[in-house]
Amino acid sequence: MPRLRKVRRLSRRDKIVLALMVAIPTLIELIFVWLPTLMSVGLSFAKWNGLALSDIRGAGLDNYKYVAQSYPPFWPAVQHNVLWLVFLAVIATPLGLLLAVLLDQKIRGSRIYQSIFFVPVMLSLALVGVIWQLFYQRDHGLLNYLLGTAETPSAVDWFGDSNVNIWAALVAATWRHAGYVMLLYLAGLKGVDPALKEAAALDGANAGQTFFRVVFPAMRPINIVIVVITIIESLRAFDIVYVINRGTNGLELISALVIQNLVGEGQVIGVGSALATILLVISLVPIVFYLTRTFGKEAKES
Amino acid sequence: MDTHRSGSSSEPSFTRTALDRRTLLKTLGIGAVGLAGIPMLSACTGGAGPSGGSSGKSLTFGSSASDDVPKRAYQAVVDAFQKKSGDTVTTNVVPHNDFQNKINSYLQGSPDDAFTWFAGYRMQYYAGKGLLAPIDDVWQQIGSNYSDALKKASTGPDGKMYFVPNYNYPWGFFYRKSFWAEKGYTVPTTFDDLKTLAAKMKKDGIIPIGYADKDGWPAMGTFDYINMRLNGYQFHVDLCAHKESWNQPKVQAVFDTWKALLPYQDPAALGQTWQDAAQLLGQKKTGMYLLGSFVTQQFTDAAVLAEIDFFPFPSIAVEGQDSIEAPIDGLLLSKKGGQNQAAKDFLQFMGTPEAQNAYYAVDTSNIATAKGADTSKFSPLNKKCADAIANAKNISQFFDRDALPAMANNVMIPALQSFIKDGTVDIKNLESQAATLYAAQ
Repeated sequence: MPRLRKVRRLSRRDKIVLALMVAIPTLIELIFVWLPTLMSVGLSFAKWNGLALSDIRGAGLDNYKYVAQSYPPFWPAVQHNVLWLVFLAVIATPLGLLLAVLLDQKIRGSRIYQSIFFVPVMLSLALVGVIWQLFYQRDHGLLNYLLGTAETPSAVDWFGDSNVNIWAALVAATWRHAGYVMLLYLAGLKGVDPALKEAAALDGANAGQTFFRVVFPAMRPINIVIVVITIIESLRAFDIVYVINRGTNGLELISALVIQNLVGEGQVIGVGSALATILLVISLVPIVFYLTRTFGKEAKES
Repeated sequence: MDTHRSGSSSEPSFTRTALDRRTLLKTLGIGAVGLAGIPMLSACTGGAGPSGGSSGKSLTFGSSASDDVPKRAYQAVVDAFQKKSGDTVTTNVVPHNDFQNKINSYLQGSPDDAFTWFAGYRMQYYAGKGLLAPIDDVWQQIGSNYSDALKKASTGPDGKMYFVPNYNYPWGFFYRKSFWAEKGYTVPTTFDDLKTLAAKMKKDGIIPIGYADKDGWPAMGTFDYINMRLNGYQFHVDLCAHKESWNQPKVQAVFDTWKALLPYQDPAALGQTWQDAAQLLGQKKTGMYLLGSFVTQQFTDAAVLAEIDFFPFPSIAVEGQDSIEAPIDGLLLSKKGGQNQAAKDFLQFMGTPEAQNAYYAVDTSNIATAKGADTSKFSPLNKKCADAIANAKNISQFFDRDALPAMANNVMIPALQSFIKDGTVDIKNLESQAATLYAAQ
């Protein structure tokens, strides 16, 4: 193609526009995300009562020591976050996938089922709390009626008994998470080229083999999104336990402890910041891992 | 944390917030203008008392009384004051949870001249930080209206007066009179009586002591009372302010004493709110229930309400039943408000029977604090509550008002919840947490 000169790709104006389009979001990100983040990290090494700036005093690692050694809810919270992650990864996400695969078949009323399973994702927090309250209540809850224990002394107090309430909360979380995962996988399944399935069928693969060897690997981009979403959801899990009892009595989660220590009259800024920093560091590990994996591979492939 | 009644408010406060922010901004402007109009001299006339004559002064009043009834009650006080003094009061109502959560930034920003708050450590803390204006001159006028216990509760850490009490409400055991008469139960005055009575109730198939601690704070009432009855009022207050260590046998004794009651407390406590527990008391499923007198709000059936009675926490070791837990709500002046004579006049007015009658005429669920307030309209139960407070030698403010809020919220709630569950408590850990949190202030 001899006539095609090397064109100057960007005019001066384009450059200015581009620079602005990059600079403004970056600036916003810096001011509203990175600056507060760095400030919280800084405050996690200080003692401060939240009044005058001159009251800020350095505290070294005291806040972290306090959290790890003296703050009883911390380790249960870490365990619960891990449990949350495992439960979502092992139960909720596969359940969402299963729903997606089932609804992807040409069954009657598929749309209706999709809507039903997706509704929990759209409901407001307050409503979710009310719905599960109706289900789990000790005296008049549906679950105790179904178990035949309602209004007897053996009625289980699903939210109040710290041996079971984390499981009750996990079921409620699954209810939402599975619907979300289902929707993403439905979109993913629609995007898989039917020719792949036909080819697999021609090669004599059964339905299971077709799915696990051909369709599932073909959805790699969706899978990565799902993995990241599952991890992030389990780290920032907060709303359901907060609605139940503000994350106390067996429902401790790191995020709930951050709120407890940072918001309100009873704030302890140093301790709250230390908890927030711990949560940040934990979150960074999987996020960085998957981002480098995704972008690393794409960079190699291109 | 909630003040003890905030659990009862279920009104949608969102629309109101928006409205209030708008009026807040507007009135801040007016307030600034108004303040500029006041001669600087007024700051120096502190001891002069109310200057009744000159009208047209103004003040701003920040109120966290956002529920309908208290809101109208404070409006009645404001109306009465405006009528009497000719001053103009601009009221800014903020939903009470927001108000409490933002108190730090509120007091450092541009607070109203006068505002609603609580007695106890929660007041003394801000007084100690210099964010409040002392009102010794106001107290010279209204001092005779208050008992010594109330005066003590209104004093800051520097010995100056800061607070003007409006109303309070006692904590005690509530029960149904007819139910007890029918079963032959009598009011216990000592801890041993209480245990005997509870054992009898349990044998009769009733849950002896109604209990609810899903929200975490109600259990503090039991802790406060056992500590005061066992170790005395001063020890309790010092412990709350962390002048005493948590890691000492006296504190362990509180929990050991409490342990004797655990088998009689409602085992479902951690799953229910105080509203639930109040219903159980009304339904005669529980025998008695230790809570603030706001528990009566839950008895909507007038027949039930009429036979609800109250007895003070039984004596254990020291000071008999001298101390009572009766959180006091009232007014404070911000640092800025201390320079506004009209604001001082407003606080002085709040400390009179006249103002408190105006308040009680609307909100009858609390007890007026000023001597000479009209008690003729009190229900028999309110009269009994008022007498209990008037006869008390010491008034405690409830743990979350007597202690650092972070101590109450972040340390005591989980500790008491786990104590209720399995009867274990680690006082060494309580002390190490307290040491860190109080040092951070």
